[in-house]
Amino acid sequence: MRALLRTPLTATLTAGLLAVSACGSGPGRDAPSDTLRIAGPFEVHSLDPTADGEIFTRLEVTETLVTSDLEGELAPGLATEWAAADGNTQWRFELVDGATFHDGTPVTAEAVVAAVERAAAVEASPLAEIPIERIDAEGSAITFELEQPNLTLPAVLTHYSTAILAPASYDERDQVTEVIGTGPYEIEDIELPASIRTTRSDEWRGEAPDVENVTFQAVGRPESRALMATSDQADVVFGLEPAGRQRVEGSDGVRMESSLQPRTILLKLNADHPVLGDVRVRRALSLALDREAMADAVLREEELAATQLLPPSLTAWHPELEPLTQDQDRARALLAEAGWTPGADGTVQRDGEPLELELLTYPDRPELPALATAIQAALAEVGVRLDVEVTNSSEIPAGQADGSLQLALIAKHFALVSDPLVDVSTVFAPEGNDWGVMNWRDPRVETAIDALLAGAPEAEAARHRETIVRVAQEELPLIPVAWYRMNAAVSDRVEGFVMDPLETTWRITGLTWSS
Amino acid sequence: MADHRADVVVVTPRRKELARVLAHRGGQGLGVAVLVSVLCFLVVRTLPGDAAYRIAAGRYGYDLVDQEAADAVRAELGLDRPAWRQLADWLLDLFQLDLGRSLVTSRPVVEEVGYYLLGTLQLAAVSLAIAIVIGAGAGVLAARRPGGPMDRLATAWVASVRAVPPFLLGLLLVVVLSAQLGLLPAVGHGGAASIVLPALTLGIGLSGLVARITRDAVVEVRASAYVQFAQTKGLPERWVLVRHVVRNAAVVLVPYLGVQAVILIEGVVVVESLFSWQGLGHAMVHAVFWRDVPVLQATALVLALLIVAVNTLVDLAVLWLDPRPRRLEVAA
Repeated sequence: MRALLRTPLTATLTAGLLAVSACGSGPGRDAPSDTLRIAGPFEVHSLDPTADGEIFTRLEVTETLVTSDLEGELAPGLATEWAAADGNTQWRFELVDGATFHDGTPVTAEAVVAAVERAAAVEASPLAEIPIERIDAEGSAITFELEQPNLTLPAVLTHYSTAILAPASYDERDQVTEVIGTGPYEIEDIELPASIRTTRSDEWRGEAPDVENVTFQAVGRPESRALMATSDQADVVFGLEPAGRQRVEGSDGVRMESSLQPRTILLKLNADHPVLGDVRVRRALSLALDREAMADAVLREEELAATQLLPPSLTAWHPELEPLTQDQDRARALLAEAGWTPGADGTVQRDGEPLELELLTYPDRPELPALATAIQAALAEVGVRLDVEVTNSSEIPAGQADGSLQLALIAKHFALVSDPLVDVSTVFAPEGNDWGVMNWRDPRVETAIDALLAGAPEAEAARHRETIVRVAQEELPLIPVAWYRMNAAVSDRVEGFVMDPLETTWRITGLTWSS
Repeated sequence: MADHRADVVVVTPRRKELARVLAHRGGQGLGVAVLVSVLCFLVVRTLPGDAAYRIAAGRYGYDLVDQEAADAVRAELGLDRPAWRQLADWLLDLFQLDLGRSLVTSRPVVEEVGYYLLGTLQLAAVSLAIAIVIGAGAGVLAARRPGGPMDRLATAWVASVRAVPPFLLGLLLVVVLSAQLGLLPAVGHGGAASIVLPALTLGIGLSGLVARITRDAVVEVRASAYVQFAQTKGLPERWVLVRHVVRNAAVVLVPYLGVQAVILIEGVVVVESLFSWQGLGHAMVHAVFWRDVPVLQATALVLALLIVAVNTLVDLAVLWLDPRPRRLEVAA
């Protein structure tokens, strides 16, 4: 009883406090005029690009051979041009002229080969999926020899795990002890896990950026981040929660920026399960969900309700399709068609057996357990009993491996590298995938993916992409639930802020100070 | 240097007592070290989920981890060895004072834990100092006239700071001192100014009970026969306070502060995360989350040894403060 009373009381007091402080505009302190202060929830636990490398590409300290622009199209990084030969089994990347590491040593093809080979050896890097036979330095270029044709290599090389560090970055145990990159900013000071300071590098081959110094501070609590944003203690603050967003919107001198993330919350299901193997049951489950209400209640934004597998920001992968909607009558009818009729206690049954399913999810993303209970309630309305188990995320791949998994609610990123094809092809792998389909394959999808991987021309490629998404929508081996939006509070001191949906870099070089 | 009298040191009861305390606590420290290590290891093994998968997720992030990455981690770290082998290896390394490397960050555990320990000790020391200044000050003032206005004010203070959870108190301080007045940075770790807010949050929260204990101890001591005797013999009030009241009240207060210091060192995760202060609580939560057994074992070990150390300090302080000689062996 006391605990029950305490929680709403604390929430009310907190809300009151925030409201009171929002009334008076906090006196901005004199911010260092040449330092851009960034705060975000991401802690940095390693200097190794294959582990926590995203922070260093985002801060523009390190560079990859290829990068991506705001539309997700490939753009030159440390390589200026690339081309495939010999039926896409030979790739050649021409390195940019005059690139220098932050320690003053030139960027040689040998150094690049060493860094790329290191990434390819780490199983978690997307590069490990590429069937590489050998990588060689050839003058001012590096070449890849592949065991099988592959067209996604340039896209995979946009991944932060393939960032190029100077040879002096590694110690004798091949551990990264210092981040010596090639980007416009160099590291001045790092205090793991929470703070990084960078400054403009004299070695940068391009035009000197306007912002001279950058600090990054990891701040775990969203409340603290919101306070930093509104009291001028940070210029760019990533990852605000709804209460913090409202506070920022009500404050002067700071604005919210946001962008859809290529991530979908979806129900992964075992298509070989005696009940879930029936596509009518899968459709019934999908029709039972009121996605808009769930998105509104849990993610605080109705528009995040998923109408198909991939969000509209991935335009090429978001064809015109009949949207997924709620229709409980149709859901009940489909269940009846599959032999499941309402029983005495409201649960549908077949041959005297009630329809009971188990859903696994994990608490690492706090919205997942909340959505899982909403799904539980929605399915109960059409007579499906769902047991929700909030557990360790590794139970899902374990359940997939031993075949015991029924349903899992997961959040899947679809553009870890700039081309979503890489993730889509693993998600729909015929043999199944830990974070993709389970015991489901469809010849139409397989043909389309193979054609795309083989480099189908654009007009044809669009048709293949549409086929994949449409078949997934009809067959529902994965039931999309919601999309994600990422946001940042940006101070009016800063101009030119853009949000990269792929979060490849934070585009600090494009920022200017407002006069 | 070669003073022959040193050979025939007369062991005074107090010195004997000191040696007894140190020997007892030293033995305790060693026992605790082994026990805690083994317990940590066993607890982590009973946690649900595949440890290799969790470690891989800690290293590479969730989006990049699949069964293959987890298997690579398992092979690299030898997690498929029998449990007893893993435990024996750890204990063997421990006896060689080698704490190993973190499974997640690959950095030496000594470096990692040392960094977080320093943060924790800094925060605990400043918080305790604040609690003592505010709490003991208020307690002594309140005890001057039990039931008087100061006493009531102190009671109100005790009730209010105990009623506010640290998380809310911290937010309140940030809103007032940082967001509104712009006096201090809201979060951070490093600059001297950044410790003030987290230390104030903890110190103020603690000051209530310190005030309460001090007040009661002082009231009790003041009513005692020896204080009345000191007053009767005409000792000035100030001397009575310093020599008799404070010293005797401290015998009660110091063990209490010892317990509070232990709490501060152990569990201030909420305050640490609110202010992005890097401390052991934070490190321990992450280590459990990521199944980073060496870091977890080392953190728990350090915490256990710190508790033994704090208790030793308390014992020694009380030994020094307490005017009553104890365990005096009657000389024949």
